[in-house]
Amino acid sequence: MTFEPRIVGFLCNWCSYAGADLAGVSRIQYPTNIRIIRLMCSGRVDPVIVLDTLINGADGVLVMGCHFGDCHYTVGNFYAERKFRMLKKLIALTDLEGGRLRLEWVSASEGSRFADIVREFTNQIKTLGPSPLAGENPKRDLLQNMQAAQMAAASFRLRVLVGREKGLVDEGNVYGEKLSQEEFDRVMDDAVTAEYLRSKIYLMVRKEPLSVKELSKRLGLDSQKALRHIVAMKRHGMVAVGRVEGTTPLYIALEMGR
Amino acid sequence: MESKEEAPRIGVFICHCGINIGGVVNVPEVVEYSKTLLGVVYAEDNLYTCSSEGISKIKEGIAKHNLNRVIVASCTPRTHEPLFRAACEEAGVNKYLFEMANIRDQCSWAHMHEPEKATEKAKDLVRMAVAKARLLKPLEEPEIDVAPSALIVGGGVSSMTAALCLANQGFKVHIVEREPELGGMLRHLHKLYPSMEDASQGLSQIVNSVNSNKSIDVLTSTVVKEVKGFIGNFEVTVERMNGETTNFGVGTIIVATGAANFEPVGMYGYGEYDNVITQLQLEQLLKNGRLEKPEKVVMIQCVGAREEKGRTYCSRICCMTALKNAMHIKELSPDTDVYILFRDLQTYGTHHEDWHRRAQDKGIKFIKYVLEKPPQVAQREDGKITINVYHALLGEEVKISSDLLVLSTPLIPQEGAKELSQLLKVPVGPDGFFFEAHVKLRPIDFATDGIYVCGTAHSPKDVAESVSQAFGVASRAAIPMAVKRLRVEAITATVDESVCSGCGTCVKLCPYGAIQKDEKGVAKVTSVVCKGCGTCAASCPERAITMRHFTDEQVRAQALAALGRVYA
Repeated sequence: MTFEPRIVGFLCNWCSYAGADLAGVSRIQYPTNIRIIRLMCSGRVDPVIVLDTLINGADGVLVMGCHFGDCHYTVGNFYAERKFRMLKKLIALTDLEGGRLRLEWVSASEGSRFADIVREFTNQIKTLGPSPLAGENPKRDLLQNMQAAQMAAASFRLRVLVGREKGLVDEGNVYGEKLSQEEFDRVMDDAVTAEYLRSKIYLMVRKEPLSVKELSKRLGLDSQKALRHIVAMKRHGMVAVGRVEGTTPLYIALEMGR
Repeated sequence: MESKEEAPRIGVFICHCGINIGGVVNVPEVVEYSKTLLGVVYAEDNLYTCSSEGISKIKEGIAKHNLNRVIVASCTPRTHEPLFRAACEEAGVNKYLFEMANIRDQCSWAHMHEPEKATEKAKDLVRMAVAKARLLKPLEEPEIDVAPSALIVGGGVSSMTAALCLANQGFKVHIVEREPELGGMLRHLHKLYPSMEDASQGLSQIVNSVNSNKSIDVLTSTVVKEVKGFIGNFEVTVERMNGETTNFGVGTIIVATGAANFEPVGMYGYGEYDNVITQLQLEQLLKNGRLEKPEKVVMIQCVGAREEKGRTYCSRICCMTALKNAMHIKELSPDTDVYILFRDLQTYGTHHEDWHRRAQDKGIKFIKYVLEKPPQVAQREDGKITINVYHALLGEEVKISSDLLVLSTPLIPQEGAKELSQLLKVPVGPDGFFFEAHVKLRPIDFATDGIYVCGTAHSPKDVAESVSQAFGVASRAAIPMAVKRLRVEAITATVDESVCSGCGTCVKLCPYGAIQKDEKGVAKVTSVVCKGCGTCAASCPERAITMRHFTDEQVRAQALAALGRVYA
């Protein structure tokens, strides 16, 4: 049987969902694979939910919103774009093909553009093949990576950064100091990597107590760096020393927050 | 606000939409499938769920099967959700316990040649809707007052017609026109087809009526700077030419900014030879009586219109304008030879074809040209224009020397239309004209409540058509203003105070300023100001914000259902 990808679309009500309707009204034909979820704004698309969708086996996720300047809520799509960039960075760390995720702008009058994008994206997913996370036996390493990415996407630090990016870059902080986009991206890159690694460590020590040495080995990470993350995680109440083997402390995960 | 949780009892109504859905999707199969879904206690198919019979079926279903959730699988919620919601409400089910599955616009119409796959997709879409419906919560809509006043942007005939119509119903109207005087395009026209009355006569009447109407506030040499708020409560800032700004509040907004005439610089010698002019310039000559008795006049139709790329549309008015002006020249100077070079002569409607016949009787010569071989134009030493045209019916080149060449050019979007569209958050289409919510069902509404469009701002039209639309738009805008109080969407964000850390991220990013920190230092949403975009919920660092009707759980349930997984 030929591979029929499962594609989930998150579309804003005002532009892209209307564009999808117009494609139908105009009887423009496109592949059947996409399943559309209507949201009021692309700004509503939470990276955590997109990651959830991928973890649960979507072969592709297509997020669509209004073109810049056309957003029904003025700036929702700007926030969507920023969240999406963070999401892309996280995905890049997980080994899942980045091509499974796409953000596009489609207006209410662009029925044929909608159909073109869906056609093209469906073909792209067909070329990539089934998601390694789909089916009964998802790839375990990748699954853990994706769970770490999801945890990172839910973290306070990344969400604050994404939520404040526009303000910090365009308007500056309370002292009127503006960050350049490059500076911000550097801060963001570091934060994404750190949050991802910490989430990964957390998920690993939740399964079994592990030493810094073992963690650094499994993560392919310099042990000094691994230690630094562990120290930070201890401070945030994410991990604690579970027991000591000889002179080596083994860390365990603590229940966090909600 | 949330009633006691009771187990979902979902009813699914699947529409054939005549053959629109039923001709592609196997509807009975989808009905049977729906019955197997968790929470579904009843499912049926309807020929047209939106018909009065279909609506009664929903109500009967609710009563008979004690339904507390309703799903209609049919067309798009963008057009039909209000109708089905109303049916639920009448049958005692909170309208926010209704969900739609779009199996026509986004399924049967888009997959007409793949009935099996379309049927599978329709089942998935119903399953997704059911997954969401299980988690839906009843919501209450806050009530707001509607200010009995309207802003009309633009000051042409459409604007003034709508203004008078609203003012005569007792509403206050603000007309904002960027030009120093009212009148718009009509100021530049001579005679109006089909009645051949003077444009200036009708215009001065309506301008006088507007100026003398106490309920109409006319602001000329003024532009709209900023619009905030929502239906019933828009806050408008306008700026006069001298930089002075004024604010006022209105309940509704009408876009009547008109259109501009395309200047065909570089085409057929326009801009190069001074006896190559547009129809609009010809109107001026006729109006001022400055057209001498020329020996010959040639008109070329579809100049810069109905192109392969770019301005692909037909401007609708040019064929009649050319006929009208050609006839008028013949009346003034019967010996003048008038040629109309056309691609297709579109004299649509009940009055216009007669003009075509009369023009032929008067001896006006019609030559069909084709897009592939457009007429070639050059100026002779004596100043006359020579036009070489391939006569598509004779199949040979024809050469005409003319005193005057008149180009029929299309109406194009008004300068600044894009900026205004962004200011009001309403769309323009690919041609740059304002784009309605639905071509048939809501032809003069925007998707945004309380904002409407009429006249040539929407698409090329003649005066009669613009006036009809202006009457239409006035009655549309009058509805919420006459009702005075409106219920606004209950789909708003809400903060879980026990989780909020008071970081203030949402306060900054809300485009409406609907979120403020309260005295306890936690975020609080002002519901009537919240427009329900959900950006705050997707950004909240503590994930403390719930976007009602699009909650994380509901969206996640839909996504997992799309993947054939059961939401846990």
